[in-house]
Amino acid sequence: MLAAQSFVGPAIDWYRLSNILVILGGALVLLLVGSLTPKWPRGMYALGAAVTTGASAVLTALLWRDLGEGQSIALVGNALTLDHFGLLSTFVMTVSVLLVSLVVNDHLEREGEDGPEVYGLMLSALIGGIIMVLANDLLVLFLGLETLSLAFYLLVASSRKRSTSGEAGLKYFILGGFASAFFLYGIALIFGVAGSTNLPKVADGLARLNVGTSDSMVLAGVALLLVGFAFKVSLVPFHVWTPDVYQGAPTPITALMASVGKVAAFSALARVFLTGLSSRADDWAPAIYALAVVTLVVGSVVAVVQTDVKRMLAYSSISHAGFILVGLEAATHTSSSDAALGLSSISSYLFIYSLLVIGTFAVVAVVVGDGEATLDSFNGLGKSNPVLAFAMTVLLLAQAGVPVTSGFIAKFGVISSAASVESYPLAIVAMVAAVVAAYVYLRVIIQMWLEGRESKHKPAPFPSSLIVIALTTTATITIGLIPGLLLDFTAQL
Amino acid sequence: VYAATKFFLYTMAGSAFMLVGIVATAFIARRDIGVLTFDLVQIAEKSNFGVTTGRWLFVAFIIAFAVKVPLFPLHTWLPDAHTQAPTGGSVILAGVLLKMGTYGMLRFGIYLFPEASVWARPVMYTLAVIGIIYGAIAATMQKDLKRLVAYSSVAHLGFIVLGTFALTNQAITGGVMQNINHGVSTGALFLMVGMIYERRHTRAIAELKGIQAVAPIFAGFFTVVMLSSIGLPGLNGFVGEFLVLIGSFQTARWWVVVATVGVILAALYLLWAYQRVFHGEPDEANSSFKELTGREGLLLGVFVAIIVFTGVYPKPMLERIEPSVKSLIEHVESRTDYRQPEAAHGGEE
Repeated sequence: MLAAQSFVGPAIDWYRLSNILVILGGALVLLLVGSLTPKWPRGMYALGAAVTTGASAVLTALLWRDLGEGQSIALVGNALTLDHFGLLSTFVMTVSVLLVSLVVNDHLEREGEDGPEVYGLMLSALIGGIIMVLANDLLVLFLGLETLSLAFYLLVASSRKRSTSGEAGLKYFILGGFASAFFLYGIALIFGVAGSTNLPKVADGLARLNVGTSDSMVLAGVALLLVGFAFKVSLVPFHVWTPDVYQGAPTPITALMASVGKVAAFSALARVFLTGLSSRADDWAPAIYALAVVTLVVGSVVAVVQTDVKRMLAYSSISHAGFILVGLEAATHTSSSDAALGLSSISSYLFIYSLLVIGTFAVVAVVVGDGEATLDSFNGLGKSNPVLAFAMTVLLLAQAGVPVTSGFIAKFGVISSAASVESYPLAIVAMVAAVVAAYVYLRVIIQMWLEGRESKHKPAPFPSSLIVIALTTTATITIGLIPGLLLDFTAQL
Repeated sequence: VYAATKFFLYTMAGSAFMLVGIVATAFIARRDIGVLTFDLVQIAEKSNFGVTTGRWLFVAFIIAFAVKVPLFPLHTWLPDAHTQAPTGGSVILAGVLLKMGTYGMLRFGIYLFPEASVWARPVMYTLAVIGIIYGAIAATMQKDLKRLVAYSSVAHLGFIVLGTFALTNQAITGGVMQNINHGVSTGALFLMVGMIYERRHTRAIAELKGIQAVAPIFAGFFTVVMLSSIGLPGLNGFVGEFLVLIGSFQTARWWVVVATVGVILAALYLLWAYQRVFHGEPDEANSSFKELTGREGLLLGVFVAIIVFTGVYPKPMLERIEPSVKSLIEHVESRTDYRQPEAAHGGEE
């Protein structure tokens, strides 16, 4: 007799999952009701997505408040773990989707493609992302990763009018499939050695191994996991898909990938490597170091020679990923009392960068839509639309890390965590890369303010994107002036 | 645009090193202080950097300041920035921004890292003296009046750096004086070059001629300011430059010998430029050169008053500078083997 009756499901704490369930509900309503009813009036789909994510963000904040400092709660039979680090990432992603759905609203209107699908897919991607950052088990993490990735493949290809969008989607799908295979193989090898996919048990299993036992299998498993993650967060040399996909995808979707995609994959990367694989840190920390250096240098240097603003921002996002790795590298020095600084610097960086990149791409979406985002399309924006140009200037300066903007706080956090564990060479490489990247942002700024010829692009009306641009710009300056608003939260990690 | 971009990137590159330096300093100093603090005085008084660590941190700070000063070989942004900046921008650049560099060297470089400063002296002297001579020679060769003044800045700032790192009462006092003087004289020179440009729409020395004949008052003001920049006794430039040279002679004899040549060169390029621009018969384009207006005269009058007053009676300023210089040198002496030469103690005029 098969032991069907003896199966006891894990106790489920519904309240602590409520933020995910709300999104699931929202996604289902949008997709089901949206496809069965006649076309909703303008903006209603976006409103639905915004209300859903807004409610979920509030619930996430409540969960954060209920959680004691340093406390972590295992959920659903130890498949998920609820802690401040995961909740902060969840919050960032939820807010990101909220902002992006406002940008998508204008964008779809302009392209004449309004419909519920994009919003439904964005909410599904968000669920995948949340599962990833809360996952306490490698297989659960993989499920989250696939949910996120599948939604992203479709979103990238969602512009039916342009062949470049489909091409980018296909490219992302094939390369992403490879990466997932690597990732899964890595999980299998780790499972083979440690006897479990549950992260705390993996940590125990690996720690109990005698040195020299099954070394090749552990190392191969760790390496494959790292490759899978490196692809998702686009670290050099696993970054080649990034510029093509960022350029081909509909502009708001690019913002989504750069914010939600990066936050989810980086948070999961930090959790897996710093908890599950921490006993092998001596083996993989040098790889993180090397990846950080290569990513920083290649990302910022190659960004300089780009002429398309979306490709430029793609390379700059690679360089930002390098910065986050600097923070991660600092967090690997577990013997130092300052290792916690590394983790909080990653969280602040992801928080700040998500807002910046959404704001920046929102401006790009307003200015050029899905068209060619050449540097020339920003000509004379300072004259034709000074408000937009000012917002873009603030956002770009923040990405460059100029003081008084949030970007400086982010970079300062990462650099000081690197300095606290004496990774000076890495800190210097990072700052030099920041200077090189600054030139990239300056080029766009110069084009906007000092280039007399008017661009042929005329910014479309952008009521809901303007809210996003205003909010992100305000947040950029506010966090730059009063960093405590954010750092008080990340210090609790 | 080119100049602004260049300036931004140079400064940012310098600052990048300094940011790493600042953070590293705070974290390393924590070992001695016990808590993480960015408080300058606490770090300077309580911390005890290892020799190598201190030198590395010093280098990280000094690169940032050397870009701002600008110290040879990081000076190339300055002439471009000055040439393309509007007059007001140039005056601010000369009067404020360049001073951040030399002030930073005193306040952070020497104060935080006395041992490294003593160690780095030969390099700093050499770069400063190269800056003095190179700036002067380059100024002589310029065809554009504003670039000439810009290069003269490089030379003047070289004197300040030389004095700062000579680490004697007189030299540092002179350096601080020269900081102020340079802001006044060079600022005034930039203003007047701006006035010339407003009237003639050119700054090419070759196209200007005989202005003295049509605008004698303007020429008079220019003469005074120029002489102050050269360092004529009785005007402010002399006080600073003289103190720097006297003070540095004790600790950096041969560098001073070379630097003194720079004073002669300063006379060469400025007087020669004056001769070409103001002397001779004004040709057609220059004969309509308008004399100073009342507003411009008032503005320059203030500058000239400061120049003459400081030159004749520098005591009020020196009195305010010297106490802090003394305590800085005492701080250095308490932290290192360095001792100020006996002769330098009598810093009073």
